Amino acid sequence: MAELYQTQRAMRNIRRAALQRGVIGILDIGTSKIACLVLRFDGTGTFRETDGVGPMAGQVNFRVIGAASTRSRGMRRGEIDVMAETERAIRTVVAAAQKVAGVRVDHVIACLSGGRPSSYGLAGEINLDAGRVHDHDVASVMAACDAPDFGRGREVLHAQPVNFAVDNRTGLGDPRDHVGNRLSCDMHVLTVDGDVIGNLIQCIRRCDLELAGVASASYASARASLVEDEQELGAACIDFGGGGTGVSIFIKKHMIFADNVNIGGQLVTQDIAQGLRIPLPVAERLKTLNGGLEATGRDDRDLLEIGTGSGEWDTDRRSVSRADLIGIMRPRVEEILEGVREVLDAAGFDAMPSQQIVLTGGGSQIPGLDGLAARILGPNVRCGRPLRIDGLAHQFTDPGFSSAVGLALFAAHPQDEWWDFEMPASSYPTRSLRRAYRWFRNNW
Amino acid sequence: MPEVIDHRPNRPQPQPQGDRVKRDPAPTRLQYRLERMWLRPIWRRTLRIGVPAFLVAMTAGLWLADEDRRALLSDGVQQVMHKVQSREEFQVRTMMVEGASPVVDKALRAMLPVELPASSFDIDLTALRLQVMQLDVIESVDLRIKPGGILSAVVKEREPAILWRHARGIEILDKTGHRVASVTARDVRPDLPLIAGESADMAVPEALALIDAAGPILPRVRGLVRRGERRWDLVLDQGQRIMLPAQGALTALEAAIALDRAQDLLGRDIAAIDLRNPSQPVMRLGIDARNSLRQARGEPLLGPDGKIIQEEEKKGG
Repeated sequence: MAELYQTQRAMRNIRRAALQRGVIGILDIGTSKIACLVLRFDGTGTFRETDGVGPMAGQVNFRVIGAASTRSRGMRRGEIDVMAETERAIRTVVAAAQKVAGVRVDHVIACLSGGRPSSYGLAGEINLDAGRVHDHDVASVMAACDAPDFGRGREVLHAQPVNFAVDNRTGLGDPRDHVGNRLSCDMHVLTVDGDVIGNLIQCIRRCDLELAGVASASYASARASLVEDEQELGAACIDFGGGGTGVSIFIKKHMIFADNVNIGGQLVTQDIAQGLRIPLPVAERLKTLNGGLEATGRDDRDLLEIGTGSGEWDTDRRSVSRADLIGIMRPRVEEILEGVREVLDAAGFDAMPSQQIVLTGGGSQIPGLDGLAARILGPNVRCGRPLRIDGLAHQFTDPGFSSAVGLALFAAHPQDEWWDFEMPASSYPTRSLRRAYRWFRNNW
Repeated sequence: MPEVIDHRPNRPQPQPQGDRVKRDPAPTRLQYRLERMWLRPIWRRTLRIGVPAFLVAMTAGLWLADEDRRALLSDGVQQVMHKVQSREEFQVRTMMVEGASPVVDKALRAMLPVELPASSFDIDLTALRLQVMQLDVIESVDLRIKPGGILSAVVKEREPAILWRHARGIEILDKTGHRVASVTARDVRPDLPLIAGESADMAVPEALALIDAAGPILPRVRGLVRRGERRWDLVLDQGQRIMLPAQGALTALEAAIALDRAQDLLGRDIAAIDLRNPSQPVMRLGIDARNSLRQARGEPLLGPDGKIIQEEEKKGG
C-alpha cells in the first residue's frame, strides 16, 4: 500500500498547489455527458452573500467561474471505452469551460463512476504507550488496519477513517489528545479496478491536464445532494446515471458503503429504441421529453410523433401513445430499482437508524420515479438536487450535475483520508534506510 | 415542411438530411494547445502589447536610421513650434514697470534678454525674475504677461534707512540691513544716520532703535560704532562717546539720557560714559578736567595724549 500512499499524497500536494494558484477544474466524466466546472478559490471567503447564496455547508471560499457540459463520447458503463474519443470529449468541454472562465485550467479533479467499486470496512487497533493519543498514533492505527486481499489490479480510491474508539469510548471523530490505553479505528476503503483508473489518468494527461484528485462519482453526488442532517443521521444516495446507478450510504458524515448497479439510463433509451424501432437520439429525446413511469388514462390518448427523418412515409409518420412509452420504460426502471434494493440489502441498509433515500442524477428526473422508488426501496424517498454553489449557472443546477457539484465540494473540503496522515516511520521500507546507510559509508 | 412549395424546373435539389457531414465539435489537439497557450497571461501580454510595441519601435527605428530623415523630422518640428510661438496672440509688445525709480526702470528694461516685440515663449519669466532679484535695490518684483501683449513688472524697492561706513566705502542699507546702494560720501544723504564698524549691517534694527531712543541728544550724535561685533558705541561730537552694553543697550542709553537731563552730564568735560556694566556706570573725565584736578592737588599735568608732561619738555615748550 506504500506506493498507493505515495501517489495519493502526490495528488494531494497537486491539489494544494492548485488551491494556492486559485484555479482548479472539476471534470465529471459520465457515460452520457461530460461536465467541467472551473472553480476560483480566494481563500478568505469574500465571495459570500452574493447572488443570493449565503454561506452554506463548506462552499464559501470558492466560486464557479466557468462551466460547460457536452455529450460524452467513447464511454461505456462509466468506463473509458475508446480513449481517443473520450479525449476529444474532454478537450471539447475543457476548452469551452476555459473560454467561459477566461483562465487556463491546469489541475483537474475527476470522478470515476464505473470500475466495479467494492467497499470494505477495515478495523485496526493499537496499544497506546503514552496513555494519550498523539498525531502519530492516529497514523499508526490506520496503518495497523488489516487489509484483506483486494484482488489483482485493484486500486484504493478512498480510504477514510470513519470511526475512532479509545478504550470503550467509541464514535469519536477526532481522537487526538484523548486519554486511554487502546486506540482502535474503523476505516472504509473503496477499491476500483486499477486499469480503469489508469485509463482515466492517461486520458486526462493526454489533454495536458494534471490530475489533482480522484473521487468516486457516487461519493461525490452524495456530498452534493444529501443535506447535512441526512449525512449525519444516515441516508442512502442513489445516483441515476447514464451507464450505471451509483449507490452510497452515509452516516455520521462519512461514507460507509458505495456500490454501483450496472444498469443506467442508456439502457432505458436502448429499450425504447428497440421497442419502437427508432434511432437512439430520437429515443433519447422521447425519453427526456415524454418519459414517465406512472401511466394514467390520459396517457393512452396522448399520441407522440416518432418521425425519424428516414424519408420513408411508413416509418416517418408513426406515432405511439405515451402509455406505450411508459410501458417500455417502467420495467427497466423497476429493474434498476430492484438492483439498488439488492445492493442496499447487501449493505445492510435495513439496520440503519435512518431509512432516508435520496434520488439524484439525470435519471431521477423521470416523472413518477419517486413514487416507484418509494414502493420498491422504502417510504422515505425524496428527489435531491445538488447544493447551490456560488456562481453556477442555472442550467447546471439540475440533478444530473450533482456529482460535478459534489466534486467541487470535495475539492474545497476533502475529507480526511488515510494518506493525509503522516506515515508511521516504522512502515517506511527498509530499503531506503539501507540506501541512506550506504550513502553515509561511501561519503565518509 | 416549407410553406411555399417550389415547382420551378431549375429549383435547387433538396439535400437529404442524413448526408449532411457532421462536424466534430472537439477542437483538434493543436487547436486545443494553442487555445490553452493563449489563455496564459504572459502570452496574451506578449502578443497584445509586446508585438505591436516591437513593430512600432522597429518601424520608427528603421525610419529614423537615416540622417536626412532625422534632420527633416527635427526641422519640421522646429518649424511647427516656431509657427505656433510666433502667432499674433503670443506677442509681447510693451513692458510696463510700476513702482520703480527711473534708474531701476532703466536697469529692468536693459535686463530683458530679447528685443520687444517678442514671443512670450522666448521670455523666461522665472529666470528673468531671478536676475532682477539680484539687484540689491529691489525687494520684490511681480513679473507677468498680461493680455494685450504687455509684460508687467510691479517692483517694490528697498527704502534707504541708514548709512554704513566700512573699510571699503559707504553703503546705504535698508531697515533690515540689506544693501541698497553705495554712496561716495556721507554728505550725499545727510538725512540718514551713520553706523560704522565690522558687521554693523547685521544689527541695523538695533541701531535704528538706539537712534530713535537718542531723541534729545540726536543733534549731537555723530553715529554708532559697532564694537567687537557685539555692542554699540554712541559717538557724539566733541569726541564724547557712550559705550553701551551688548545686552540691554536701549535701557542703558535711556539711563544715560536721563542722567544727562538731570545733571547735564554730557555738557561737562567727560570723554566717555562707560555703561558696559549697566549696574556700575563709569565716566572717563576729559583731559582738561583731569588737569584741573591734578593742578589743585599739585600733581604734574597731563598732555593731550594722556601722558604726564615732563619738566624739561615743559621748560623747552
